Amino acid sequence: MNSHDAIVIRDLTKNFGERRALDHLTLSVKRGELFCMLGPNGGGKSTLFRILSTLMQPDHGEAEILGHNVVLEAAAVRARIGVVFQAPSLDGKLTIRENLLCGGAMYGLRGKELEQRLRDAVAVVQLEERLNDRVETLSGGLQRRTEIAKCLLIRPELLLLDEPSTGLDPAARLDLWAALENLRRDRGVTALCTTHLMDEAARADRVGIMSAGQLVALGTPSELTSALGGDVLSLTTRHGADQLAQRINQHHEIVATVVEGEVRIEHPQAHELAARLAAQFSNEITSVRVARPTLEDVFVARTGRLFAEQGNE
Amino acid sequence: MSSLKSSSPQFLWTPVKALWWRDVIRFLRQRNRIIGALATPLVFWLLVGSGFGPSFHNSGSSTNETYLAYFFPGTIVLIMLFTAIFSTISVIEDRREGFLQGALVAPLSPATIPLGKFLGGTTLAVLQAILFCVLAPLAHIPIGFGQALLLLPAFLFVGFCMTGLGFLVAWPMDSTQGFHAIMNIFLMPLWMMSGALFPMPAGSGWLYWVGLLNPVSYSVSAIRDALMIGTPLVPLSDYLFSLLITALFGAVTFGVSYYLVAHPKKKT
Repeated sequence: MNSHDAIVIRDLTKNFGERRALDHLTLSVKRGELFCMLGPNGGGKSTLFRILSTLMQPDHGEAEILGHNVVLEAAAVRARIGVVFQAPSLDGKLTIRENLLCGGAMYGLRGKELEQRLRDAVAVVQLEERLNDRVETLSGGLQRRTEIAKCLLIRPELLLLDEPSTGLDPAARLDLWAALENLRRDRGVTALCTTHLMDEAARADRVGIMSAGQLVALGTPSELTSALGGDVLSLTTRHGADQLAQRINQHHEIVATVVEGEVRIEHPQAHELAARLAAQFSNEITSVRVARPTLEDVFVARTGRLFAEQGNE
Repeated sequence: MSSLKSSSPQFLWTPVKALWWRDVIRFLRQRNRIIGALATPLVFWLLVGSGFGPSFHNSGSSTNETYLAYFFPGTIVLIMLFTAIFSTISVIEDRREGFLQGALVAPLSPATIPLGKFLGGTTLAVLQAILFCVLAPLAHIPIGFGQALLLLPAFLFVGFCMTGLGFLVAWPMDSTQGFHAIMNIFLMPLWMMSGALFPMPAGSGWLYWVGLLNPVSYSVSAIRDALMIGTPLVPLSDYLFSLLITALFGAVTFGVSYYLVAHPKKKT
């Protein structure tokens, strides 16, 4: 393994009965990287999260975190990683302070050292004023910050975050990402975060896109979107989208596809093409939209499906 | 990184103490749980006790023991069982969406979670049992120094067993509904067939064997012996025997719990 890699995943496979949740997944994440695993619900990212956080064993393949095998050396992995769960691992009946003290105790921390780390951790997520509030009275954003503070007590080298933005308003999401970026800058913490939100993934250093247990795209957000070859043109039609796509394909040397009732075309000169098509098929076309490609477009291009069409895990 | 090696005994004790403390604090902050675990058996004791009272005759006892007095130890065991159930049922959701998720990804010994939970549940069950003993005079049961001295170890071991039973049912469960089903078809009959509600027949017959093999029988008799009701005075050896069986049963439930936590199902 390369010492610059924080996470190395080789050929990871996991089945649940007939269903394959992870399908020969291979991937590595560099130290100090903010990596986002993007995918719809049911794409396999929660299974990946559970295997990396040592809660589940793969059927085949292996994963290493900071040089330790997640199955054979689970204790060594656990001592080095902070895990942020989708439903925060907090006790609502306890205060923030009590939750952090209990959380630290799970790692053998106590006494003055624990107090010191507690002060440091709450300072990072700016919770000093709320220490004696019961967790059940806090907003989703504050709960998430408490959860992160709990992870920081153990001074982790790597953070695993499962859908950390769930239940957060846009301002709280920005705070979360600012906190992650600070940790990376000040302490060199690596973070792997699963998400189904495009705009969240767009903030990461690199993004992996998962669908049906496979990695269908991997790169920086700008690499992925620029690889699409131009802008994305979407047309809605009065009659059938299939018919229009067929006619466009016959008349022009381009590839028009149909996704959820819309005709989609990726083209370097999408604006010019939009004007030409609007004139040529003016009876058919009811609206024309040209947009810079997003990660959703990358997903559509790689899988031929919209994000929302995928089933639930 | 943790400041202690995960193999040191100190490392086991720090998280166990935290889990134990957490269980007690949680319970004290949910007043409806205190009342819930205490009120149901109390109402049961008063209603059933008063209703059956006139027709009750314990052939095994030479005195005119009232049913309210007979039913007293059984009610204590029921209170402890309910308290233990309330404190262990939370495990089901806690390990999926609550605090225990974090404990499961910490470098803990598999003994930590059951030990913390058993000690927490035992503490709460013992406190509730002591609280109920305030009503002993209502059943004309005197509790002096001697009884108290024998009751305390009995409460500790019985509390440990009841928490153990609850933990064993809760840990493998996916839903609290499943727990309620098992409670109704397994835990409650175990209590009913323990001599708590009615004296188990001596000699032979299936009821006799059920009573003999039912570990909860020894919980009830340890407490009954400690209260020294059903004179002529119970010899100390009876009490000690019941206590021993209860302690052994507690050890077995802990051993199995340890095994369950150390060997998680592959599919979770």
